[in-house]
Amino acid sequence: MHMADALVNPAVAGTMYVASAAVAAYSIKKVRQENDARKIPLMGIMGAFVFAAQMLNFTIPGTGSSGHLCGGLLLAALLGPYAAFLTMIAILTIQCLLFADGGLLALGCNIWNMAFYGCFIGYFGVWQPLLRSGASKAKIIAASVLGSVLTLQLGSLSVAVETTLSGITELPFGVFAVTMQSIHLAIGAVEGMIIACVLLFIYDARPELIDKNNAAAARFSYKKTLAALAAAAFLFGGAFSLAASENPDGLEWSLGQVAGTEELDADSPAHAQAAAIQEAIALLPDYAFKDSDSAYGTVFSGVFGSAVVILVGVGACVIGKFFRHQKYE
Amino acid sequence: MNKLSVSLSEIYALENLARRKLWINELHPLPKLIVTITYIAALTGVAKYDVGGVLVMGVYLAIAFGLSDLSLAKALRRMRLVLPLVCCLGLANPLLDGNRIMLGAFSFSAGWLSLLTLACKGVFAVLASYQLIATTPIDKICAALRAVRVPQILVVQILLTYRYVVLLLKQANNISQAYSLRAPRQKGLHFKVWGSLLGQLLLRSFDRADALYGSMLLRGFRGEYYYAASAAKPRLREVAYLVAMAALILILRCLPAIKAVGASLTGGLP
Repeated sequence: MHMADALVNPAVAGTMYVASAAVAAYSIKKVRQENDARKIPLMGIMGAFVFAAQMLNFTIPGTGSSGHLCGGLLLAALLGPYAAFLTMIAILTIQCLLFADGGLLALGCNIWNMAFYGCFIGYFGVWQPLLRSGASKAKIIAASVLGSVLTLQLGSLSVAVETTLSGITELPFGVFAVTMQSIHLAIGAVEGMIIACVLLFIYDARPELIDKNNAAAARFSYKKTLAALAAAAFLFGGAFSLAASENPDGLEWSLGQVAGTEELDADSPAHAQAAAIQEAIALLPDYAFKDSDSAYGTVFSGVFGSAVVILVGVGACVIGKFFRHQKYE
Repeated sequence: MNKLSVSLSEIYALENLARRKLWINELHPLPKLIVTITYIAALTGVAKYDVGGVLVMGVYLAIAFGLSDLSLAKALRRMRLVLPLVCCLGLANPLLDGNRIMLGAFSFSAGWLSLLTLACKGVFAVLASYQLIATTPIDKICAALRAVRVPQILVVQILLTYRYVVLLLKQANNISQAYSLRAPRQKGLHFKVWGSLLGQLLLRSFDRADALYGSMLLRGFRGEYYYAASAAKPRLREVAYLVAMAALILILRCLPAIKAVGASLTGGLP
């Protein structure tokens, strides 16, 4: 999946350099905060390990072909996502310089496509949620395979997007993306199995190497996460709701194609009764103030809806936590 | 030779090339890095039908390879990783590009021109980065990165990874050879040993990292990885090299006469 320089134009390459540099800067900050000097040589050695391990051929059972190790997720599982991201940058830089595996100009793209998704999306999206409550063999296998498939799918999609935006190929984006995705689906599954085998071995021999990292990762800030989610909800519900499409949504469109109308007639007494109740209790009918079409109504309904959803969500969590404590006490 | 042995010999060969006592090898790494990145950026910015424009960029490579006393044949071996993907993508262009080019009585798809341009860009970019790495050891490239304020922790990672790549490649090669001697007529590693074989190497790497950390502390490691090139500053000849090469790239990229040749060849396509 290493992109060559010929596949990107300077604008796309520059943008991806900036994006990767921003993530690298944040990762450096986080690694410095950890203040663990022992990690520096470990990252170097682990980088060299992944580099060497990627050159081994793993025979895929039942086929004549072979697979290779996917480094990002493995490193994230053992070193944590931030240290893993920096290690992946070192690996990709050396691969690019020594073996022309990926271009110097396309390095920003390659870091994004292989290091970012593997270390952050794979880790925070799959590995950490699955292993938060403790590691087990089944969880390690599931997290490795799912994480690997997800990160390779995202990486290959990014390759298609970056190449298409660079205007390199006449291949339609859809065809290119589907081809890349399907090839990398199989690769992701095999690479996931290789990672799973290695991590299972480590889990048997030195379980603390896997548990240690998960224990540190579990200490994430609920307050910060909640604040970020609230800000995003208000932003999307409030500001972006004004820019919502006036076209029918997928269901309405499908209905329009089949029935010739976007809303089915409902004139039975039961429907009329339900509509009357809804009209009476709806605070903001049709996403606006009653008897008003102003934009403020739309924004307010978005923000108000977000607040209600957050309150209900947090309330449900608190109640769930309360009953869980009751059960164990 | 297996992939690991090939990689090891390639690293040794590049290291030997970079350590030669040529004047270009002795230059400060920063101007060489800037020139290479500028060249690749200028090269990839050439329009997709501009065959003339991209071919003329080869002049820089001819000069750079001449100055560096490098073999083109050896450099072309590095294409094996780049060309397949580039050509696969480029091959769709002649089939899908609707623009037609008239060359005398013959008419052909403009996609052939974009394929040729793409292939040339792929080859030239790899040759340019080869010229850089064959005249500049990794530690000096890292010194150049530090000079442009790339954070120390990242540069140390590149140096440490490079330092231990050779060691781990050797170890992986030994494991791979031992395995293949015990499993004749088998192409790769069998499914049953995926975890144990790689896991052993991983655990040894962890132990090695512990030993390494101890030895680094004993040598006074405080986060900075010192190397000779970090103290040097660019001199007049480095500035002259930078200006001359940048001017050459600018001329090659923008000279109207050369662009006119390209435009006439492509029939005036953008």
